[in-house]
Amino acid sequence: MYKVKVYVTLRESVLDPQGTAVKGALHSLSYNEVKDVRIGKFMELMIEKSERNIDELVREMCEKLLANTVIEDYRYEIEEVVTQ
Amino acid sequence: MKFAVIVFPGSNCDVDMYHAIKDELGEEVEYVWHDAESLDEFDGILLPGGFSYGDYLRSGAIARFSNVMKAIMKAAEEGKPILGVCNGFQILLEAGLLPGAMRRNNSLKFICRPVELRVENNETMFTSAYEMGEIITIPIAHGEGNYYCEQETLNKLIANRQIVFRYHNENPNGSLEDIAGIINEKGNVLGMMPHPERAVDELLGSADGLKLFQSIVKYWREAHVVNA
Repeated sequence: MYKVKVYVTLRESVLDPQGTAVKGALHSLSYNEVKDVRIGKFMELMIEKSERNIDELVREMCEKLLANTVIEDYRYEIEEVVTQ
Repeated sequence: MKFAVIVFPGSNCDVDMYHAIKDELGEEVEYVWHDAESLDEFDGILLPGGFSYGDYLRSGAIARFSNVMKAIMKAAEEGKPILGVCNGFQILLEAGLLPGAMRRNNSLKFICRPVELRVENNETMFTSAYEMGEIITIPIAHGEGNYYCEQETLNKLIANRQIVFRYHNENPNGSLEDIAGIINEKGNVLGMMPHPERAVDELLGSADGLKLFQSIVKYWREAHVVNA
């Protein structure tokens, strides 16, 4: 079994209105050190071992559904876990 | 002419769309559930607004994989008129029938009010009843209508006159180039954030949306008279 963590964020070139609003709120709390905030999604997938290469499989899922690559970037971490 | 109104779990403008076609336009219309296999009996396909699948993941992202989408792809290839309004537009974008994507409105607010649009191309099957440059009033109701695409895509949209409606006077959501509605290259798939089906009766504030549906019928009649 694999535990896969997928992170989806708006691409650098795309303005993130939510991130901008949160940055403003942090500044209003005097955290002026904050230079940028990007809001994204975090997904955790439990995937059974199969014939398919896990890296290839996750990338395919990201491209097809989990991220919209017109506006979003994704990255993921794959961890092998032992299930009882 | 016979229209299909596609109903997804979470569609909420399907009844308005049905009413616009049946009562105001006076054409045949049926609701079609998202798991339908075929749309062969229909001449025009309407994807209404709403929150299909609760907007989970992204607006339109889940609906795009529903069974009826295969039939919609086929209808698109056959050249049938396909109109996606609001969430319907978002589904067409996710499905790749139209280029680009929607971001959250730049105000971060859900905006629900009438806006002015400028008709940028009246040489389409959806807009022939409008004057070129005509200013029309149609309501919007969305939280994610902030259109975005790559520069290269935008250049193509402009060169091919695929931008059909632009917001006039003010841009309510931050949409690139004031884009309110775009059409595919072939000219038979239109996506727009404003709701023409909510503007089909003066009693309800505007009847400016009716001409869009009348244009579709006019196109269809002409095509079928020529073929007959």
